[in-house]
This record gives sequence, structure tokens and C-alpha cells, in this order.
Amino acid sequence: MTRERLTPARLGPSDVLRTGAAGLRTRPARVLLSALGIAIGIATMIAVLGISSSSREQLMRQLDRLGTNLLTIAPGQTMFGEQAKLPVEALGMVRRIGPVRTASATGLVDTTIRRTDRIPKAVTGGIAVQAATSDLLATLEGKVVKGAWLNAATEARPAVVLGATAAQRLGIGRIGVQVWMGERWFTVVGILGPMPLAPEIERSALVGFPAAEKYLGFDGHPTTIYERSAEEAVEAVRAVLPRTVNPENPEEVTVSRPSDALAARAAAAGAFTNLLLGLGAVALLVGGVGVANTMVISVLERRKEIGLRRSLGATRGQVRLQFLAESLLLSALGGVAGAVLGGLATVGYALSRGWPPVVPAWAFAGAVGATLVIGTLAGLYPAMRAARLSPTVALAAT
Amino acid sequence: MSAPLPEQPYVVELREVTKVYRGGVRALRGVDLLVERGELVAIAGPSGSGKSTLLHLIGTLDRPTTGTVRIAGYDVAGLPDRELSALRARHLGFVFQQFHLAPGMSALDNVADGLLYTGTPLRTRRERAAAALERVGLGHRLGHRPHQMSGGEQQRVAVARAVAGDPPLLLADEPTGNLDSAAGAEVLGVLRDLHAAGTTIAVITHDPEIAEWCPRQVRVRDGRVVADPGAGAGRRPPGPNPKALEARAGVPGPAGRVPAREATGGAR
Repeated sequence: MTRERLTPARLGPSDVLRTGAAGLRTRPARVLLSALGIAIGIATMIAVLGISSSSREQLMRQLDRLGTNLLTIAPGQTMFGEQAKLPVEALGMVRRIGPVRTASATGLVDTTIRRTDRIPKAVTGGIAVQAATSDLLATLEGKVVKGAWLNAATEARPAVVLGATAAQRLGIGRIGVQVWMGERWFTVVGILGPMPLAPEIERSALVGFPAAEKYLGFDGHPTTIYERSAEEAVEAVRAVLPRTVNPENPEEVTVSRPSDALAARAAAAGAFTNLLLGLGAVALLVGGVGVANTMVISVLERRKEIGLRRSLGATRGQVRLQFLAESLLLSALGGVAGAVLGGLATVGYALSRGWPPVVPAWAFAGAVGATLVIGTLAGLYPAMRAARLSPTVALAAT
Repeated sequence: MSAPLPEQPYVVELREVTKVYRGGVRALRGVDLLVERGELVAIAGPSGSGKSTLLHLIGTLDRPTTGTVRIAGYDVAGLPDRELSALRARHLGFVFQQFHLAPGMSALDNVADGLLYTGTPLRTRRERAAAALERVGLGHRLGHRPHQMSGGEQQRVAVARAVAGDPPLLLADEPTGNLDSAAGAEVLGVLRDLHAAGTTIAVITHDPEIAEWCPRQVRVRDGRVVADPGAGAGRRPPGPNPKALEARAGVPGPAGRVPAREATGGAR
């Protein structure tokens, strides 16, 4: 043949999109319903990831605010399994360690705090009575919400400062109230705010060391030492603490870092999400099946259109591409709607809990990727069917 | 579009074409048909005569079992599906009994989509669609959707879609089959004008009036051509519009508004 070779024209991307969208425009209700399946799946996954990230972000910020340079020193057990004691001089020894900026101690006092002497001794309300050094509040970076912290005068007097939980349990919301401790009345001079790094202080009633020794029979042995050092020296300080605190029996000293608990909670914040993420994935899969179903029906219904397009000169590949584009558009629609819904759910939930709303960028990228994969998989088989249809059969379809 | 080659005057060239469908139905039993450029040909025959099969072969929608089909000089047998598609896009226009218009799209976009597979950019497609609609007398209906138009207007939109790319050959399959006389007259008028302007047109019909109207009638029966005045006869202008006479006389046409497609593919 002497004639020019025939090559089918290529469809530009905008034409592919137009033909793909044309099929969707004529059936809006069906499009909405099948996109909804994808949207629910994507929204679930985005919300699960977003909420757990927001919660982790909240913990990380809290950690940042509280600092990670606080160590607590407590007595362990003796080699005979008895409760060990920290030496009376322990606090002074800790303060002499170079990088240590502040150190304070509390000592458990063997008594109870009650609203009045009429309340039985056994009703302690889970509140510990502790002797505290006057710089404890500074070391813990805690805040007094009512009244004042112990000072040089009040630490030797029958005055008590209540932790936030202790005050709540005793039902005390103001200062100046008398409480029964040991065998005498003490006056509440202050109430503390929350202490996320030292929750045991929240549950304590604190008196000065001299007062505890004088009125409550306290033996002067600290039971917890709180210590803050330069951030970069924490590990070094931690290494020398046992021998410094108790040179004779360093093995009887327990050192811990309260911020580790928060960090562990932050790390654990993502753990429960795997199950929910799996649920989202199942929803997404079901949505994909819905899209595939819609596409198969669409191909069956539109055999005449396929025949017409073939008669207009569409190649098999172009018919396949059209239906693939339609399927991709359909699931992309669901994906975008789902991402928006998931984002809104995250923001709503995070704000209601007072967390900073965070959705990781990779979650959105993953959502886009997932919808593209779903759209392709769902559209592939219907598109192949459409392309395989013979033009004469397609045109004869009723 | 394709330039005429001097040694290739035939737009349609069928030689000893047979078509046997799976199952053994012999739809065509040796057809020879030559159509020159500029002819208006009716391919007429009763149901089951094989005229639809003939349309599919001329339209390169199907391939012959034996024999040669050459459209615009291209031997269909030697072309893969991709190239056949390109042939249809550039050299053939189709008009169907059922219009096959996209319901949600304006007349302009329906016609413009006829050029989608020719590689024409969208703007040009729209311009040429507007021109084609003007040509079929629907310049005032560009934005109308199919359901807002009468049957005759819809079929004229379909004709405009078929001729928007100026194909050398227009194939019309029962173009008035779903229309009343007045609407049929509109469509025949458009075909006459296109023929006068030089388009080669093959009308497949079982309606004897339309067949008579065409200057050249190829009669098909039982898979064979039983009467054909020969190539070139279709260059003459067509006779008086039979549908217009009918419409004036108030006689309902033999092919009134028949919703179900008439079984023209009875050979299968």
C-alpha cells in the first residue's frame, strides 16, 4: 500500500480526565455512594493516625515543658529483703555532686492526716504525710495555687501544705483550715497545683523537716531525694548517685527518671492504633470493592457508548484508559473527602481534649497512595472488559 | 484529511467478501461493491439480508471472513486494531438509528467528542463542532442537551458529529428509522446537502422510499448484491425528498417513531 501509515492520536491528560469525569457526571448519586465507601476508610485511617499523633504530640510537649533532667533517689531493699533507709546526710552528699543544680528531699512520716480527731485513725484517704525540705517546690518546678509554700518560719511550725489530690480528698479548698495530724492540730498554709513528674507529692501532706521531727516523731531519714542537673550530665550524675548517697551500701539505692514514664506513655500512644488502623484498612477495602462493583455495572450499562467511541476511532487502549480514569477519579473523590473528614475529626477530637491537633504528612501521602492503588485495582478488570468488547456487539447492545 | 490518490478512486472497495459468523451463519456470500468518491449510495434490503454486516465491514468495525475490504485505500485485513481505530477516526463518520448521544452533554460537546480521537485540541474541536452544527441547521441549539431536542434535531446532532471531521465516507445506518416523516425529511435534507458538498454517503436502509430517493441503490438479499447500477451512479443528485412529501400529505411514514430498534442485524 502506498498510503501513509495510520497511527491513532494520543489523548492528552485533560481529555482522559474529561472522558473519565463525563461518565461520573451523569450518575451523581451512585458516584457519591461508592465514593463514600472509600471516604469512610480513608477518614478512619487519617483520624486514627491523627488522634494518636496529637496525643503523642501533647505528651512530648508536656515532656519538653517539664524537662527530663529530674532524677529521684529512693531507698531500695537491703540484702535481707528489708526496706533500706537513706542516710540522713544523703541530701547534702547529692548537693555536692558537681552538675547537680538543685536537690531536695522528702521523708515519709509515720502518721496520718485527718480533718478532725473524731475521724478514725484508719481512714487515711491514701494521703501520705511527708517532711519536705523548703526548696522542694523549686526543684520540682511546682506551683502553689492557694496560700504559700513552707518558708524558714513555717517549716518549724505546725503548718502543712497539701498536694492537689490530698486537698481534694480532704475536701479542703482554702487555707487556714485546721487538720488533725499525729496528736495535734496543724494549720493548712498552702495548696499545691498538679505535679506530673511527681504524682506522689500530689497525694501528700507536707510539713517542714524541723516540724516533722519536733511534732511527729520523724527520724530525719529522707525517703525520696529529688535532684535536677544539667540536661547533658543526667546520665553521669545517675551513675554516681548510688555511691554518693550511700557509700557503704550503694546497692540499696534506687534511682529513677520520672520523665521516662511520660516518654514511655508517648511511645505507647501509637500502640493501640494498629487495630483501629486495620479496621480502617478493611473499610477501605470494602470501599474498593464498591468502586469495582460500580465500575462493572457502569461498563455493562454503557456498552453502546463504548461501541460509539470505538466507531469514533477510540482504540482499545483509549477505552481502557477512560474507564481506568473514571475509577481513579471515583476513588480519588472518596480519598479527598475522607482525608478532609479524617482531618476534621482529628482537629475536633484534639481540641476537645486540649491537645495540639497533628496529622502526620505521611498519613495524607499514604491516603493518596492508597486511593490510587484502590482505584487502579478496582478499575482494572472493568476497564479490561470494556476494552475487550467488540464494537459491533457493543453497538447492538440494548 | 486524506488526499485522493489518482490510482485509488474508490472510497469503498469490497471484493468477493464473505462473512461467516461463529455458529455457521453465512451473512455475506461473496459481495463485490465499489463506491466512488462523492456518491450517495443506498444499501437496501430486508431484515436478515446482510446489510448490517455490510455496514460493519465497510465501517471497519468487523473483519471479513474471506475477501478484500479496502476503505479509503487501506486494506482492512492488514491493519491491527489500533490502526483500524485511527482509520475510523479520520476517514469514517457514523450515524446510527438510535443517535447514541451522551445524555448529560450539550449538542456542542456531543459533536466535539466526535473529534476526540483525531488528536484535535479541545478549542479546535469546539470550533469545528459549532461549524458542523451550523451546517445541519442547528446553529441555534449549541447549548441544548439531547432531551431538550426533538428526534429530528437529535439525529441532526448525530450527523453533525459524524461529519465534523470531514470524513471521506459517511455511513448512515437507518438514519430515519426512529423518526417520523417530518423529522426524517430534516435528516434526508441534511444528507442531500452534504452530498451536494461532496461527501461520500452510504445509507443502509430497509425503507424502499429512502432507497428510491438515493441516486444509486445497491440491493442486498440473502448475503448477495442482487442489483447495483454500478460505481459512479451515485454522483447524481437525489430525487425529491420522500419524507417531506409524506409529511405534507399527513400520512404517517412506514417508519414512524418506533422505540425498539428494528432487527436489522437479523442475519445473526
